[in-house]
Amino acid sequence: MLGQIRTRLGAVVASVVLLQLLTTFTGTEYYLTQLTMSAYYGLLVIGLCALMGYAGQISIGHAGFFAIGGYLSALLTTYNLTPHAENSAIALLNQAGLLFTWENLYGESLLTFTPWAAALAALVCAALVALLVGIPVLKLRGHYLAMATLGFGTIIYRMALALPILGEADGIADVPGFILIPASLFGGEALMISGEGDFRIFNYYVAWAVVLAGLVLLMNLMTRSRSGRALRALHSSEEAAEACGVNTSRAKLQVFVLSAVYAALAGVLLTHFKGGIGPEEATVMKSVRYVALVAVGGMTSLWGTLFMGVGLSFLSLRGVFGSYDDAVFGLILLAVMLFAPGGLSQLNSHIPWRRLLPYRRA
Amino acid sequence: MLELYQVRKHFGGLRAVDDVSFTVDAGCIKGVIGPNGAGKSTLFNLIACNIPLSSGTIRFDNREIQRLKPYQTAELGFARTFQNIKLFADMSVLECVMVGAHSKGRAGFLAGMLPLPQHRREEAAIRRKSMECLEFLGIADLAESPAEALAFGQQRAVELARALAAEPRLLLLDEPAAGLNIYETAELGRLIKTIREQGVTVLLVEHDMSLVMDICDEIVVLSSGRKLAEDIPSRIQHNAEVIAIYLGEDYEPAR
Repeated sequence: MLGQIRTRLGAVVASVVLLQLLTTFTGTEYYLTQLTMSAYYGLLVIGLCALMGYAGQISIGHAGFFAIGGYLSALLTTYNLTPHAENSAIALLNQAGLLFTWENLYGESLLTFTPWAAALAALVCAALVALLVGIPVLKLRGHYLAMATLGFGTIIYRMALALPILGEADGIADVPGFILIPASLFGGEALMISGEGDFRIFNYYVAWAVVLAGLVLLMNLMTRSRSGRALRALHSSEEAAEACGVNTSRAKLQVFVLSAVYAALAGVLLTHFKGGIGPEEATVMKSVRYVALVAVGGMTSLWGTLFMGVGLSFLSLRGVFGSYDDAVFGLILLAVMLFAPGGLSQLNSHIPWRRLLPYRRA
Repeated sequence: MLELYQVRKHFGGLRAVDDVSFTVDAGCIKGVIGPNGAGKSTLFNLIACNIPLSSGTIRFDNREIQRLKPYQTAELGFARTFQNIKLFADMSVLECVMVGAHSKGRAGFLAGMLPLPQHRREEAAIRRKSMECLEFLGIADLAESPAEALAFGQQRAVELARALAAEPRLLLLDEPAAGLNIYETAELGRLIKTIREQGVTVLLVEHDMSLVMDICDEIVVLSSGRKLAEDIPSRIQHNAEVIAIYLGEDYEPAR
């Protein structure tokens, strides 16, 4: 089992490197931009896969958590605190190193939260919201979570669209780069998560490092830990899991919060990479798309979900589906539910070439 | 060890369990029998804390347990099997049994994501314990098979192994012989006796008379939700009221 995971991880790392070299040598490095963005969507869908595929709890509101992460880090890193600099609380934050001064595209000098502080705040906020939504809902069985998260996602979308501070229909633009390695550390230029061309290859690897780290953590949890077994157990019988000593409400809440944090982290990093976020990221259609990606990825397959999540997001970002973008994902969801409601891994015995697919269960 | 005191459960106007009191002593095998609709399964679910009581108390080691959640009773040392087998889909037999040992572990969610040495040792211990349970039931060779793909009798054995992996103090068996043939039932009887010898108290609800009469130290007979009799098997067999509800009032016991 462990050997198999290592082999696959090695294969994924090798293909990531190969793709980069290929684009560099063929002069098509612009593909890396969409591949980076797709990797972040991949992070979101593997988190949703843990919730949906393994623990059996459906969320149709994960775009909401993505938006909480993205919008909050965008707001905190662009909201100019200079007029309030004299305020003692702001001064205190500044002294603690949580604020920094930078110049935006128009040469204005801004005093804002640092990306690190903003990201932390965004993740904590997403976790708390997930806790608030999850506590009442996860005590119930069945599809209550799907309904509640649908409502939650709609609220977040309307807020993004209506609140002037979040830029209404325009969203928030001109978000600064997320400096990961400061210039002072190695003497060279600072390395940051940013859409600027100079950082393209660096960003591509950062995104994949984050996604694969996230994948390994979930793999450990699901395949060889007590808590992961408990989640898979309650998926098939909550009653039997309880009788084995599993606190099912708590376990469901934990995995819900975890998957919300994955979504929020994807939102934070993608927002810094794109330099902004708009309300289209918070739509219910996005949430449905993520559900479709988990379903087509094989439901209980983190590898399959990552492969499909990244692959289809990439095609979508390249505009391959044209104006049928949302329809394609709707169609995928429909087809999976009709022909393989348990996930594509269910089809194993029918497809002779299936060994070539990454659907086998981890 | 386990005391039921004036336990009642009403569903609307139906008195499914009506004023039932009895005790289960430590180290004993106690059986609950009764005709269909006598309230056996309801009583079982009340003891397992799956459904709330209407009134009365259930004590375990002198502690009231009726308001606990099922997972909390597992932490106290309860383990159970299900009448209609509930194994975990998408899991190997070994993994199913390892879930049974859930309350023996401590590792939390984050520890599960980062395989720290302490967590690995705990996993190894759970795995070892679960393998022992499979060996005890003679199904160690099935450890890696998908649990769902097994034959019915084997699935029953996996359920029992899962319950034993928790190292329970009280084992609750809900119609363990249902669907087993006479050989398998006799084998089950021997197993339950061995389990008791290891210090586990057993309470079983059962239809199969041969099993109950063979292994139980004491039997409670339920009829229409009420306790009709409580005695040792040999006397239950000759109790006129019990014979009347099972076989009709005109039945003359064989001399």
